[in-house]
Amino acid sequence: MTSPLVSIRGLEKRFDLSGSLLEQITFEGGRFRRKQEAVHAINGVDLEVQKGEALCVVGESGCGKSTVARTVMGLISPSAGEIHYDGQRIDNLDGKAALPYRRKMQMIFQNPYASLNPRMTIQQTLEEPIRFHHPDWSQTQVRDKIHEVMHSVGIDPDWGSRFGHEFSGGQRQRIAIARALAVDPEFIVADEPISALDVSIQAQVLNLLMDAQESRGLTYLFITHDLAVVEHFGTRVAVMYLGRVCELADTRNLFAAPRHPYTQALLSAIPKLEDDRPNHIRLKGEVPTPVNLPSGCVFHGRCPYANERCRQEVPQLIATDGGTQVACHAVEEGRL
Amino acid sequence: MALLEVKDLDVRFAVRGGDLTALRGISFSLDKGERLGLVGESGAGKSVAAFSILNLIAKPGYIAGGQILFEGKDLAAMSERELRKIRGNRIAMIFQDPMMTLNPVLTIGTQMVEAILAHRNISKKEARAIALDRLKKVQIPSPEKRLDQYPHELSGGMRQRVIIAIALLLDPEIIIADEPTTALDVTIQAEIMDLLLNLCEQENVALMLITHDLGVVSQVTQRMLVMYSGRIIEQGPTREIINDAQHPYTQGLINALPQMGEPGARLFQIPGSMPSLKNVPTGCPFHSRCNFATEQCKQAMPEYVRSGNVDVACYEVANLIEQEKRMQEAES
Ligand SMILES: Nc1ncnc2c1ncn2[C@@H]1O[C@H](COP(=O)(O)OP(=O)(O)OP(=O)(O)O)[C@@H](O)[C@H]1O
Ligand SMILES: Nc1ncnc2c1ncn2[C@@H]1O[C@H](COP(=O)(O)OP(=O)(O)OP(=O)(O)O)[C@@H](O)[C@H]1O
Ligand code: SF4
Ligand code: SF4
Ligand SMILES: [Mg+2]
Ligand SMILES: [Mg+2]
Repeated sequence: MTSPLVSIRGLEKRFDLSGSLLEQITFEGGRFRRKQEAVHAINGVDLEVQKGEALCVVGESGCGKSTVARTVMGLISPSAGEIHYDGQRIDNLDGKAALPYRRKMQMIFQNPYASLNPRMTIQQTLEEPIRFHHPDWSQTQVRDKIHEVMHSVGIDPDWGSRFGHEFSGGQRQRIAIARALAVDPEFIVADEPISALDVSIQAQVLNLLMDAQESRGLTYLFITHDLAVVEHFGTRVAVMYLGRVCELADTRNLFAAPRHPYTQALLSAIPKLEDDRPNHIRLKGEVPTPVNLPSGCVFHGRCPYANERCRQEVPQLIATDGGTQVACHAVEEGRL
Repeated sequence: MALLEVKDLDVRFAVRGGDLTALRGISFSLDKGERLGLVGESGAGKSVAAFSILNLIAKPGYIAGGQILFEGKDLAAMSERELRKIRGNRIAMIFQDPMMTLNPVLTIGTQMVEAILAHRNISKKEARAIALDRLKKVQIPSPEKRLDQYPHELSGGMRQRVIIAIALLLDPEIIIADEPTTALDVTIQAEIMDLLLNLCEQENVALMLITHDLGVVSQVTQRMLVMYSGRIIEQGPTREIINDAQHPYTQGLINALPQMGEPGARLFQIPGSMPSLKNVPTGCPFHSRCNFATEQCKQAMPEYVRSGNVDVACYEVANLIEQEKRMQEAES
């Protein structure tokens, strides 16, 4: 068993909603009370990303996918838990100590419009991170590197003198990928990198990411809500619901035999080309807000198999015979 | 006679440096109770087509030619007063963003009652009863309570149900839905599409559904239109097009879907991107990205040809049909 490149341990993240101390004080029933509200975005996530794999994280809006991505990248700090990279804890590093990881780990965002500085030419956009991480490189070394990444993502060298706003969404995402690759990263976190793109452009960008993985031996943490993309691209899949991982499986297993009731509903809801009618598993209600988390299993309010134990006790991820890990009492008890 | 017949519709936007043609000679029809899907590249003109059916194109846009015949009467030539009798009443519209329809400062009930009273001469009480009936139809939990709630008190999925209830208020003939579930989660999207489909079937309402999801088109519609650069490039029965697309763009769109490739293998990709409407090339608008493009494709816009039950605008398809005909003639 190889050691994981990235491991996420006991991760929790709360966002405080209650504002300043004064705003928290209310007068209720004849006494002052301090009321604190928080969004429980991540509630205990353990994940390991193996070298060379593409670990996909899926789940519905607000389930905490981006928060996991941003915590791994050190863009926000966890409320509890740790992030390790290649055996080294990194969530508590500062300034200089964090610098090597800021090169090895790169992020690609959903919105290629926001992630490029409009006042920089493409040449400058690509040059900046190289100069930052390799201050000792000669002009020629920098130029060769830019040339190499431009070539590998299919950017016309003529684009160098133009500005980001002159390009289409797909072209900008290409530039953003080139920028991430320019510093020779090992690990890439991609948060919905193709969701904002036209269907005919999505395949171009997905091919590019797969090529880069193969030629550069990259490891991906890939966040998306598009399950067809996951099935095509993912090595393994983590399905999240309300800040928890409810199922973790090899991609093939997940699609062939989803075990968690939520995963089953999610997969059945994907509209397929061969369908002549919608034929999804019906769920009760909608996703509760992460401000008041349900007790026990976070899915119990919508789950057709929920019983008393589900309302009380939080299910833990447990390995099943097929190797899939599932957090569900019904699966553990053999009722499902 | 078709319920709705759009003939040779041209829509332009008067922008700096001359007109920009957003729709070029769009023709299609919609029968009573029929469900029609509209797909195509972003910026191809799907929303413009939807808005122009209701003659709702705002300046600097205008209808530059063609007809929009609803029950035989031309909406493109109608006065604003006559149009208002049709919009929201005989033809209803559902947008991607529910807040385009909902007023945030009025309760759901007030908005629904007002919408009814604008078209029907009945009492407020009767109107409220109709509103409640429609909320029940869209299977919203505790419908009575919803009447007195404000839009922000509802979840995204519930708001979209309210929008469908509003669309159904006056028993329309046609519902035009522009990406009605794109902003919603997959499981909620499935519920809403299922609901919309069932209601259209029950009430025999025609549906024009704009979506970028070919899976949704397969599940919900009977016929489909594919748009590219302001043109309909292929139209016909949904199943026939999904299973055996004729136009190279439609073929590319379907083949580029991740589910069409072997897991992990490179996906089929259409090179380049759709040219901006500001500088549309002459000839077939797809020629700069098409693997079959010839000199002819760059010269003039291809006419429609019939292949099976599908109408396609492509020289390559036309040539193939010609060849087949000649072979059949040679055989007999
Ligand atoms: N800075 C913040 N302050 C307060 N709440 C936040 C903040 N960032 C995220 N949240 C909340 O945390 C939860 C998880 O958000 P997150 O962005 O991680 O979800 P997601 O799975 O990426 O959703 P989406 O698919 O919509 O991108 C949500 O309820 C969100 O509203
Ligand atoms: N107010 C406007 N002024 C100028 N051009 C406009 C205006 N509104 C739309 N257009 C142009 O009309 C074309 C068609 O736009 P439309 O919104 O119909 O595209 P669409 O097919 O609905 O795309 P999407 O899938 O992104 O919603 C676009 O290229 C756009 O540039
Ligand atoms: S633990 Fe219980 S409520 Fe949760 S998914 Fe399993 S059966 Fe359903
Ligand atoms: S007309 Fe020519 S360029 Fe256009 S789609 Fe057909 S073959 Fe391609
Ligand atoms: Mg997100
Ligand atoms: Mg649109």
